[in-house]
Amino acid sequence: MSEALALPAPGDGFLGRLGRRPLAVASAAILALLAALALLAPLFAMLSGIDPNAVDLLQRLEPPSAQHWLGTDDIGRDVLLRLLLGGRVSLFVGLTAALASAVIGTAIGLMAGYWGERADALLMRLTDGIIALPLLPLLIVLAAVDLTKLGLSAELAGSETISLYRIVAIIALVGWTTVARLVRGAALSVRTRDYVLAAIGQGASPWRVMAVHILPNVASPIVVATTLSVGNVILLESVLSFLGLGIQPPLPSWGNMLTNAQELMTSAPWLAIWPGMLIFVTVIACNLLGDGLQDALDPRAQE
Amino acid sequence: MTRYIVDRIVQSLAVLLVMSFVIYGLIGLMPGDPVDLMISADPKVTAEDAARLKALYGLDRPLLTRYGNWLKAALGGEFGYSRLYAKPALVALGPALVSTTILVGISFVLSLLIALPAGVWVATRPDGPADRTVNLACFAGVSMPPFWLAILLILTFAVGLRWLPAGGVPTRSDVGLGEQLRHMVLPVATLTLLQIGGYLRFMRAAMIETLRQDYIRTAQAKGAGPARVLLKHALRNALNPVVTVVALGFGGLFSGALITETMFAWPGMGKLILDSIMGNDFNLALVALLFATLLVLVGNLLADLAYAWLDPRVSFTEREGGP
Repeated sequence: MSEALALPAPGDGFLGRLGRRPLAVASAAILALLAALALLAPLFAMLSGIDPNAVDLLQRLEPPSAQHWLGTDDIGRDVLLRLLLGGRVSLFVGLTAALASAVIGTAIGLMAGYWGERADALLMRLTDGIIALPLLPLLIVLAAVDLTKLGLSAELAGSETISLYRIVAIIALVGWTTVARLVRGAALSVRTRDYVLAAIGQGASPWRVMAVHILPNVASPIVVATTLSVGNVILLESVLSFLGLGIQPPLPSWGNMLTNAQELMTSAPWLAIWPGMLIFVTVIACNLLGDGLQDALDPRAQE
Repeated sequence: MTRYIVDRIVQSLAVLLVMSFVIYGLIGLMPGDPVDLMISADPKVTAEDAARLKALYGLDRPLLTRYGNWLKAALGGEFGYSRLYAKPALVALGPALVSTTILVGISFVLSLLIALPAGVWVATRPDGPADRTVNLACFAGVSMPPFWLAILLILTFAVGLRWLPAGGVPTRSDVGLGEQLRHMVLPVATLTLLQIGGYLRFMRAAMIETLRQDYIRTAQAKGAGPARVLLKHALRNALNPVVTVVALGFGGLFSGALITETMFAWPGMGKLILDSIMGNDFNLALVALLFATLLVLVGNLLADLAYAWLDPRVSFTEREGGP
């Protein structure tokens, strides 16, 4: 309390506050390392001369060796390389779906908060409706939809790219509600401030008011919510892929690498350990980083 | 109060109606088609037969007409036959609902019994070593992929130590209660571990927030002992938001146990939803999904009512004063 009048000391900035949270810093480092390894995965594949999709039935379920550091899977593919390539997929889906959710949520929240009244009632009713749905079963139905019945050619519907983007799309479709509520609340309160009213009085367009005056006020909570949702998305992607409804093999993802793990548990338990471990570490790192960012971005929350 | 409840019920029914149309439309986009399935089961069906069957079942009509017919039948209590179970869909749903209620009920109570007292306890020593450890454990719990936790527990207790069965429910009626309980240990443990983290963190936050209030300091200044302040003054108020969150979560649990039920071959609602979607059992999938939605909506409604009931400041009633 008595520090209220003290001048800001060095290290009181955003990075300083984040730096005092060792868990958040460690999480950021782990995520950076995982991302770097995943990005470099094709390079590792080239250097080692191993084809991550090459089936070799003579080398099924091999334990770790000098050639295959983490052994091979049930059709003789290198587990380590597939883990790294799976990381590319999981991190890509996590980041793009979280960003897409943030963009949709921000747009809807801004519109509801700026225009208020009818638009607000309608959009918030929609938001409440989506929040009131059983998420996982709904995602399963959306992931199981036969795209050829929507007019896509069979070839396109079965392609790797579509399997990747459809999961991003369906998660973003239901994932925007948190950000929408945050932004709407902030927009509602900022909307009536004098400087916003002055801007409107001087003829600023609604888009300009939203972008210049309202958005900067809600940037911090959006960043926190998006960081937290990256972890959630990776978790959802892994569940759907595990059930055979997300990323389709041979494209590896951490979720679909575990699809057969339950049957192979007695013969090759390590196959069940590694992909799950990476999902767990990535998700907990996102959550701890999000938690740290929340405190670092909002100094008032500090005791 | 009555007016508010009626409004909320009407709202929930509207969401349910919209959802029934959305799910009906989505189910029509599933791979396969009921008549195609019939043809693949019987090679003697010709193309003309198939067209006639589609006309007979009204499958050649536009989506809105088909939905209208379905809705009319559904409002009369007629939800069609389940392909997988060869029973009316509602009859197939019954036992699954019972299994899920047992599994979800036990793990829900267990996780609250652990999370709430632990949350209060760490709230009294914030940022101490115990708080930090528990906090990290909570993050671990909410970050755990459910299927992986199930795999780890099966690996350890069923494959490694051979203490417990890896899944399933004993079907013979002559096995004792003990054997039935043994089959429940791992799925209950999985669901409980997944839930504790969220509830604990919420209880802790609510308690810390409450302990900061002026009336707590007043109570302390007037000489109330620490236990009395904690339990009588703080807990009563800190529990309000917790009850809301708990009610919100409860409705979702019935379908949210989908992964755990699938991993342990537990014949509940979640597994039924997954099996019916994967097995092209459209009637059953539709009923089960709508029922899952209904349960979430009921949970939300209860959460709103509990919130208003517990917090006298939220008033939509003529109720005088407060406790």
